[in-house]
Amino acid sequence: MNFTTPFRNQELIRTLLSQINKLKLRPIKIMEVCGGHTMAIRKHGLHQLLPSEIELLSGPGCPVCVTEQTFVDKAIAYAQLPKTTLLTYGDLVRVPGCYQSLSEARSAGASVEVIYSTQQALSLARKQPNHRFVFAAIGFETTAPGTALALQQASVEKLNNFLVYCAHKTMPEAMEALVADGLPIDGYLGPGHVCSITGSKLFDRLVARYSIPLVISGFEAVDLLQSVFLLTQMILQNESGIQIQYRRLVSPDGNRKAQSILNEVFEPCTATWRGLGAIPHSGLKIRNTYAQWDAEVMLPVSVHSLPDPKGCLCGEILKGIRKPTECAHFGKKCTPEHPVGACMVSSEGTCQAYYSYQQTE
Amino acid sequence: MCLGIPAKIVSITGDFAQVSIQGARIEVGIQLLDSVSVGDYVLVHTGYALEILSEEDALETLEAIRLLEKLNLGKLPSLS
Amino acid sequence: MNNHLIQLGHGSGGRMSRNLITQLFARYFANDTLRPLGDSSYIAGQTSQLAFTTDSYVIDPVFFPGGNIGQLAVCGTVNDLAVSGAIPRFLSAGFILEEGLSLKDLEKIVAAMAVEAANAKVQIVTGDTKVVRRGQCDKIYINTSGIGEIPEKHAHFTRKPAMQPGDKILLSGSLGDHAIAVLAARENLYLEEPILSDVAPLNHLAQLALEQPEQVLQMRDITRGGLATILVELCENQSFGIEVLENEIPIKQPVRSVCELFGFDPLYLANEGKMLLIVKNGTEKDILKRLRSNLAGANATLIGEITDRHPGKAIMQSVVGGKRLLDMLHGELVPRIC
Ligand code: SF4
Repeated sequence: MNFTTPFRNQELIRTLLSQINKLKLRPIKIMEVCGGHTMAIRKHGLHQLLPSEIELLSGPGCPVCVTEQTFVDKAIAYAQLPKTTLLTYGDLVRVPGCYQSLSEARSAGASVEVIYSTQQALSLARKQPNHRFVFAAIGFETTAPGTALALQQASVEKLNNFLVYCAHKTMPEAMEALVADGLPIDGYLGPGHVCSITGSKLFDRLVARYSIPLVISGFEAVDLLQSVFLLTQMILQNESGIQIQYRRLVSPDGNRKAQSILNEVFEPCTATWRGLGAIPHSGLKIRNTYAQWDAEVMLPVSVHSLPDPKGCLCGEILKGIRKPTECAHFGKKCTPEHPVGACMVSSEGTCQAYYSYQQTE
Repeated sequence: MCLGIPAKIVSITGDFAQVSIQGARIEVGIQLLDSVSVGDYVLVHTGYALEILSEEDALETLEAIRLLEKLNLGKLPSLS
Repeated sequence: MNNHLIQLGHGSGGRMSRNLITQLFARYFANDTLRPLGDSSYIAGQTSQLAFTTDSYVIDPVFFPGGNIGQLAVCGTVNDLAVSGAIPRFLSAGFILEEGLSLKDLEKIVAAMAVEAANAKVQIVTGDTKVVRRGQCDKIYINTSGIGEIPEKHAHFTRKPAMQPGDKILLSGSLGDHAIAVLAARENLYLEEPILSDVAPLNHLAQLALEQPEQVLQMRDITRGGLATILVELCENQSFGIEVLENEIPIKQPVRSVCELFGFDPLYLANEGKMLLIVKNGTEKDILKRLRSNLAGANATLIGEITDRHPGKAIMQSVVGGKRLLDMLHGELVPRIC
């Protein structure tokens, strides 16, 4: 079957919108944690179509937005080493570090290549055995398995010119940190692609501890509206618990094989989130058995870091307590062309999503 | 985050499969899947198939919305 | 020419250079104006206004489905002239060649330029070649400059266009074919329904639109930066805004699929044979009919209009009915994971 078109069906969208409007609404706050959701919502203008009582907040689910500046600085330091190329996903190249972005460093002579799969990284390393390739790995549970497989493969092939500089993060701890902070969120739209790997059980503890409703959503307009409908119902009826709207992909247990591969290669660690600070168990660290491919072990670099840019509200925006439009830099000093903070860099960063898809009023 | 796109498995060679994304063919790794066959739909992210998509569940999800309209109950049949 | 590779000597200005010019460039671009091979060419005196433009072409791969860098170099400059309301007449062609380029490839490129020039009814009347050391350029770079004549009845194109709310926005065909054809070639993507670059001269289409010159307010060729960038340019700092409908913008399925795969937005993809027309309210049916009579305009369509509702802004109504503010392309287009 076609898994895309039916989930963009106009009639279903209309049905869902009219059903949402029929609910006896009070003002509620829903946070979509996943940047992909933020983008889909803005791209279709769904937030304009929803009743005004439902407020959508964007959470910390954009991997480049939560990547600290120091990570970019170190990635640049790798890219500047002789006979070394830094590989990364396109999302990261424009993220400002303390001094410059990877793309600026590249024009100044650093060696940076964009890849879209770790398979490309491996094949580059195989083709040029006398050149070193450092892969700057960002992303959540969805993206981490690709890195894990590449590490396993590198170990099988004894590919010693391939290294991983790892900043993978995991979702639930950051989401817990937000509600633990006492943020006024009535319910979460859960990250569908993350859950294809982890299963919905990833959020069992969060939901039980904070008795909050959560709906794991797909990414098409129909998915998002159906999820908003389900979540709003749960909120209005004071229910907590997990519903899976994205059932065609997500099961309670998730992909066990992928989980065991992740577990074999990575262990949990404390990770620093831009704007949120250090959160225990929210990062993935390469295990000792793979230390030979861990850039931080094999090739430590040190950089001198600066504090976050003045006036940037990224941290509070990631937490959902402030809106981009409340930032003095927004649309003025800070634009997608010249981002001040990370939230303006990625097209799914809250600030850029607001900027690009902002309403017309 | 995490662009993911449904793709149909066209052929399989070892750890890799040719998939068609509505007409665009690429090679993806299928190491994350226990078993997968030609004709299956998978979700692809950064060059790997993450999970098999279930047609039955997709149809049920869509049907739940149509039912909603028919019954007009303002309450979806539960999905979990 | 018995050597099969470009050597530094081909750019030295000596015998090898002369041979390259006479045996290749002049042979393909043959015309009376070029024939004397002097330092510059004499063009018969013009009484009308002239349009003059230049552009440089750099592409990897040099050969791609639907064309090569030579066609791009001719069409790109012809199109700049054509959408300015000019009748393209003369082109120059400057080549930067990398030592080691195969002469056979160069000949293919030059031959394609000749065909495209004939097709567009322009003459290539002057040129230059330099050869750089291996690694100092990527195979071949081409610069073309072009001169076109502005007929008296097109004179309004040389003035600021007078757009009114209600005026219509037409698109000559589907978006993104060129960008995706090139990407597919570079990344070794196999497309079940192959996508060819749309590289083509737009002057015939422009001529058709301009059969009634007063109906057409402005034309733009949609190259790098894509449709969105042009729409923003058109209305930025103006007293009018632009509204387009996502539903009406033609995009071929394989282009859509590749976009979803790499996280591209088709509104920002490059085209090499597509144009946007702003036409007077009420003339759109007429003009669409004329455009569609030509193969290059077979899928021409009405995508939106000029509005006074949100001055300075280009807004797209999404398939779902929401509204989205369009912005220019930021930085380079790179594949994303998110
Ligand atoms: S607008 Fe820019 S400076 Fe302000 S919070 Fe967003 S990213 Fe930071």
